Amino acid sequence: MLNMSDIMETITMIQDENLDIRTITMGISLLDCCDGDISRSCEKVYAKIYSRAKDLVKAGEGIERKYGIPIINKRISVTPIAMLAGASGGDPMMYARALERVASDVGVNFIGGFSALVHKGFSPGDRELLGSIPEALAETERVCASVNVGTTKSGINMDAVAIMGRAVKEAARLTASRQCIGAAKLVVFCNAPEDNPFMAGAFHGPGEPDCVINVGVSGPGVVRAALGKAGKDKDLTEVAEIIKKTAFKITRMGQMVGSEASAMLGAPFGIVDISLAPTPAIGDSVAHILEEIGLERCGGHGTTAALALLNDAVKKGGVMASSSVGGLSGAFIPVSEDAGMIAAAQSGALCVEKLEAMTAVCSVGLDMVVVPGDTHEDVIAAIIADEAAIGMINGKTTAVRLIPAIGKKVGDMLEFGGLLGSGPVMGLNTSSPSVMVGRGGRIPAPIQSLKN
Amino acid sequence: MRAVITVIGKDMVGILAKVSGTCAEANANVIEVTQSVLQEFFAMVMLIDMEKMTCGLSELQERLTENVGEMRIHVMHENIFNSMHRI
Repeated sequence: MLNMSDIMETITMIQDENLDIRTITMGISLLDCCDGDISRSCEKVYAKIYSRAKDLVKAGEGIERKYGIPIINKRISVTPIAMLAGASGGDPMMYARALERVASDVGVNFIGGFSALVHKGFSPGDRELLGSIPEALAETERVCASVNVGTTKSGINMDAVAIMGRAVKEAARLTASRQCIGAAKLVVFCNAPEDNPFMAGAFHGPGEPDCVINVGVSGPGVVRAALGKAGKDKDLTEVAEIIKKTAFKITRMGQMVGSEASAMLGAPFGIVDISLAPTPAIGDSVAHILEEIGLERCGGHGTTAALALLNDAVKKGGVMASSSVGGLSGAFIPVSEDAGMIAAAQSGALCVEKLEAMTAVCSVGLDMVVVPGDTHEDVIAAIIADEAAIGMINGKTTAVRLIPAIGKKVGDMLEFGGLLGSGPVMGLNTSSPSVMVGRGGRIPAPIQSLKN
Repeated sequence: MRAVITVIGKDMVGILAKVSGTCAEANANVIEVTQSVLQEFFAMVMLIDMEKMTCGLSELQERLTENVGEMRIHVMHENIFNSMHRI
């Protein structure tokens, strides 16, 4: 018989501590939709996504009812559209419209994959796609874009970095009347994972199978509550143990939901992404876990060490709980989506420089950071280059999702609402990096020995 | 195929009767019941066999919520507990 306290623990996690499955993401390969004629290519894209994903939302809701566990998002990721644009030629906006239409028809709130992989250079279709990103994000509601500008094995494509600096600014400018939402749907990666289920950076990598189900779990509230119950007298070894055990339980649930969804939808199960993904809801914050570990305020000295411990313990606990872990897998630190981060940024305890240091030890990077609207595009490009360098040298994924708040200054707030939350405009060091950004070319791949 | 019903709230007369009555109507066989009352706080965990059940789990939860009232009721497939708490 099941133990009563185990049952009550699960129910408390779901009901009071915001435990949920953050996303079931169906990855769909569009490589067989390539056609020399872009209109036909778009038709095939619509037909394939629709036929694969038409039951995705229904299956997700069925699992929610069966297990009593909330599944917040059902989403789709597709093959980087630049590959199709390369084959078909034509205006990539046509693909953006096709993706928007099919996402709306199958009922998902985001579709990722308006993407290009340009870490070593541009192939046909890549430049056209990069150029169309701001317009695509402004015209569509559900389409998300991502661009991989660097990898540990090939270095950083600084020409692409410069283009993305301009694209981020332009995406915000075109959606200035809608809280600059365009920029919130655009991620610039170094070492982008091919199986990431989380938006806005999800795309279905070329090495993936035809169709696959990936699951992203959540649960910062559960980890914080477990640490809170343990008290302040436990040493850090014990703290790491508690986090591992909690991450294990959370991930087991993700594994079960993923297997169930894959059976229902007739697609193989890919990975569980064991990330701790915060939401603006009270008690669902990664910053509050760091404060529970023993910091007065997230962003103060000690934050990087606490985050390193948290991130590593989550991975150790999660890896054993799932047959296959992938994606970003770690702790997310999106500023606008985390109540503790918002408070820390507003109080001045958390600055962009500290966030950058934190990205060296956790998954992802400068995420949902709102910056002044008059920030020069070269400064944005330089921030992207800095993050990419951290990822390239450390052999990890890093990403940048900055939102230039058009018409706003440091200290103002940008309100997105929903899961995207709200973010204070954070100050930047504005000394000009324009000469370096303007040089273009490639930062060579780093040496893999002599590690110091 | 088994499911777990949990009922938590202020103790009163007839909770168990109403829950088991609703299960019987849905043709769900009760396998095991654990319940306790601590300082007027009622907590019950019931394991049911849903092999021959005439309705779905979410409908059973709706009926229970309607019949019992004022209690926090969850009906969940047992696999979620097995996967989270057993290696």
